[in-house]
Amino acid sequence: MNFNEKKATRQSFGEALEKLGKEKKNIVVLTADLSVTTKTSLFEASFPERFFNMGIAEQNMLGVSAGMATCNKIPFVSTFAVFATGRAYDQIRNSICYPKLNVKICGTHAGITVGEDGATHQMLEDINLMRALPNMKIICPCDDVETKWAIREASEIDGPVYIRLCRYATPKIYDDNKNFSFGKGVQIGDGTVATIFATGVTVPEALIAQEKLKAEGINVRVVDIHTIKPIDKELIIKCAKETNKLISVEDHSIIGGLGSAISDVLTEEYPKKLVKIGINDTFGKSGKAGELLEYFGLTSKYIIEEVKK
Amino acid sequence: MNDYLKLEKIAKSIRKNVIDMIYKASSGHPGGALSIVDVLTYLYFEEMNVDVQNPKLENRDRLVLSKGHACAALYAVLSEKGFLSKDELSKFRKIDSILQGHPDMKYIPGVDMSSGSLGQGISASIGMALAGKMDKRDYRVYCIVGDGEIEEGEVWEAAMSASHYKLDNFCLIVDNNNLQIDGEISKVMNSYPINEKFKAFGFNVIDIDGHNFSEIDNAFKMAKTNKEKPTAIIAKTIKGKGVSFMENEADWHGKAPNEEQYSIAMKEFKSE
Repeated sequence: MNFNEKKATRQSFGEALEKLGKEKKNIVVLTADLSVTTKTSLFEASFPERFFNMGIAEQNMLGVSAGMATCNKIPFVSTFAVFATGRAYDQIRNSICYPKLNVKICGTHAGITVGEDGATHQMLEDINLMRALPNMKIICPCDDVETKWAIREASEIDGPVYIRLCRYATPKIYDDNKNFSFGKGVQIGDGTVATIFATGVTVPEALIAQEKLKAEGINVRVVDIHTIKPIDKELIIKCAKETNKLISVEDHSIIGGLGSAISDVLTEEYPKKLVKIGINDTFGKSGKAGELLEYFGLTSKYIIEEVKK
Repeated sequence: MNDYLKLEKIAKSIRKNVIDMIYKASSGHPGGALSIVDVLTYLYFEEMNVDVQNPKLENRDRLVLSKGHACAALYAVLSEKGFLSKDELSKFRKIDSILQGHPDMKYIPGVDMSSGSLGQGISASIGMALAGKMDKRDYRVYCIVGDGEIEEGEVWEAAMSASHYKLDNFCLIVDNNNLQIDGEISKVMNSYPINEKFKAFGFNVIDIDGHNFSEIDNAFKMAKTNKEKPTAIIAKTIKGKGVSFMENEADWHGKAPNEEQYSIAMKEFKSE
């Protein structure tokens, strides 16, 4: 993990999209007055004829993208996660998922790590909402390399994909040539004391916890669940069998998020206790992203405490 | 034009099928289906470039029935056109049928967009029109919304975007039958004046009698000559048009006729 190379996944997303736009001429990008913030302005600068600012009207934007997808376009739609999946939920459900249209929904500024904007802008239920939709797939990348893979992978999938992105800069975790597989988690380390399942911004926190525990002679493994739907059942069961404790950590509500998705697998396949660290059925609040991670108990410190309990 | 007689005949046959389908399904939405039959008939039999052999033809004209609950009319038109068998129509809304209670583009040949949640079809059709402009294709996109449906905020977001992007290949039809489920639109949530609203949103607006083929014909021809602006045709219609006891009755929005009512309706279609 390289802390000197920090980047927000929304930035990596913008760069990856611009690059992909050169290769795939049927990619179109839509935004709702947030081109600079969601970094789609990079695509706009290179391909203005394939970029559509739809104004502050998310419901229409998602609906328009559905119509474009019926005409063989691959729309990448970007706005804050809260507006994409919340305000336009019914459009995603009925106009995109039901007809299984090829729309990629890129929700930036997910989670409490949005920071100072506070609760109204901190989306903590998006995984829950998107996970329940038939035909929807979900990717939540944790660093620059994984995000660039995720954007390309989404463009290869035929059907709706929700990509959960963050404003908070995360360290570079993976080598540039790292291979990822859609639907397959990444296991880092093979400690047997505990498995720490993480996704997005909590992956670096889990890795810091792993390092600190290792210094104390406690070996845990970290599993980066970048694809939340379909989830890697096989790896979850394997870790449940091989490790003593199971912990999940996410910048999302513990209701319906990563922890819930893992619980669903465990309940059916290999019943075992899972400790879910996340936002405990409450709204977020204003503050610096780092302070909020601490306030809501999502940092390595709380993961370590849980492992040691 | 002699053609109107032919269109009137087709429309009558479609209305008969609509009632037949809804009766057999014991459910459905006759009122708003009957009100839009003439416009749909005109579009599919006079105006639109569609290919029964190739329903997904890239340069075809597209139609989105945003008021998806009126799909009995669309299915009957598609069947008349040859996209669907008559046998399939009699399975409308049944468990073994592709003909879902609201349009499903995945399985029904000739259906260009799934719809049902009001306000959404107009956005999808704008996406199709934008794609057409991008690809420099000359197809046109038609979208039918209800006058109750335009109470949905998304309709106005969409209207704004249609004129912003100068979509003269886009034509909206407002089925102004004046009734929604709970009664007259002016009493439930007044969306009048409809034409002034669309004018203010940058549309070329044409007011017509939605059951007069001559006026329908003129309106769609005018729409095609209009440049740089989307067109909205406000079609004044009668909910339940063609079945005496259903006409102008909000109660017939979403229920099927019983056996007696069905036979009265069938007699009316024969005698006219």
